[in-house]
Amino acid sequence: MVKTGFSMFRGLILALVLVPALATGAEARLAVAANFFATTQVLADLFRQTTEHSIVISYGSTGKLYAQIRQGAPFDVFMAADQWRPERLEALGLTEPDTRFTYAIGRLALWSPDPDAFSDPEAFLAGSFQRPLAIANPATAPYGLAAQQALTKLGLWQQLEAGLVRGESIAQTFQFVATGNARGGFIALTQLLTENRDGSVWRVPTDLHEPIIQQATLLERARDNPAALAWMTFLKSPEARAIIRSHGYDLTESL
Amino acid sequence: MTPEWSTIWLTLKLAAITTTVLLVIGTPLAWWLARSKHWLRQPVAAVVALPLVLPPTVLGFYLLLLMGPEGTVGQLTQWLGLGTLPFTFAGLVVASVLYSLPFTVQPLQNVFSTVNGRLLEVAATLRASPLDRFFTVVIPLARPGFLTAAVLTFAHTLGEFGVVLMIGGNIPGETRVLSVAIYDHVETLNYGQAHLLAGGMLAFSFLVLMTLYLINGRISERGLHS
Repeated sequence: MVKTGFSMFRGLILALVLVPALATGAEARLAVAANFFATTQVLADLFRQTTEHSIVISYGSTGKLYAQIRQGAPFDVFMAADQWRPERLEALGLTEPDTRFTYAIGRLALWSPDPDAFSDPEAFLAGSFQRPLAIANPATAPYGLAAQQALTKLGLWQQLEAGLVRGESIAQTFQFVATGNARGGFIALTQLLTENRDGSVWRVPTDLHEPIIQQATLLERARDNPAALAWMTFLKSPEARAIIRSHGYDLTESL
Repeated sequence: MTPEWSTIWLTLKLAAITTTVLLVIGTPLAWWLARSKHWLRQPVAAVVALPLVLPPTVLGFYLLLLMGPEGTVGQLTQWLGLGTLPFTFAGLVVASVLYSLPFTVQPLQNVFSTVNGRLLEVAATLRASPLDRFFTVVIPLARPGFLTAAVLTFAHTLGEFGVVLMIGGNIPGETRVLSVAIYDHVETLNYGQAHLLAGGMLAFSFLVLMTLYLINGRISERGLHS
């Protein structure tokens, strides 16, 4: 009895030691900007099918993820919605050098679920609101910053600022509009495409704001993580780029 | 006023209004829960306790749907000509009242259930009306309960975060309360400002609770010696 118990115990220890060693794949933890949620889901499915690695994904506003990484959050890859924060991490020595690249260029859209909300977006914006207009918080979410820049360029920021509601991330901003609590809002074009929503949509011309250059970078702790390295390579593959483009993002031609 | 002061003022105002509203609503509710034998007593007590166990996001999510233009509450407020409640100060008050409900009702319910029924019977034989009995007998006896309820409700509303983040919309001077401002400061790595507000909040909460315990301790001691 005692002997059996002992060998079972030994077997358990052996299994615990062997199982991770036998599995060939590694695990990567991704910190992904909220706007890239749906696209990442599709990319991750393909990645899991084509490699033996596993990935764990955390979503949030770029500002929150950045703050967490600076405080030592155990992420391997940071996929931001801007260029500035990955650059800052690089300057702070928290990333692996020469791994930063643009994986997508975001497109901003003005959206209302009401198909009759506007035909002339500028008039819609300038008009008085019974219900407010939603944007992502410009301080934490790059799409919010782009929306602020667009409104400033249209000469409407001063007038609208006080009445805007600010979503914590682009996902919350979308939710404010989708539930009808905001009459319209500046969201990511990809959200409309992946959610299959109609209504009134205005693809905000890219000359109204600084380009939303979404950059990914390998974090320092993942230098030798094969899963994280494979994910970075995968993001640059033609298959991944086709998926990213089909979700409403632009891409730079050269990598 | 600087944005920080207007945020602090807004938060204090929200907590004060919520506490007042809840003392008015919560007192009869707590009395009923403490003294009634009605079969609905347990289900109602469970509903009152819900905000203690539910994540604030659940409450925030349903309030956003209910109070929105398609929701039943939203339709009602629009019909009354009030517009919709999310993103307004009034909306925050409604949410806070729900969110802080158990913090008012439970201390009151506890203290009401300890009120000696004999005292009320004696008062009744002296021809005190039910309302008179309540104000001259129950309220003085229940003073520590009222103090606890008021302080906990106030402090808890000050610290509210999840619900106000979900339905507030983070509008400066209107719905941007202290907890959301601290969150923004942390996210933008503005740790100096975050410390200022968070540290102030910590010190304030500690002082409030310590004062409460000191006062309640003194009341119960006096009760023992008299």
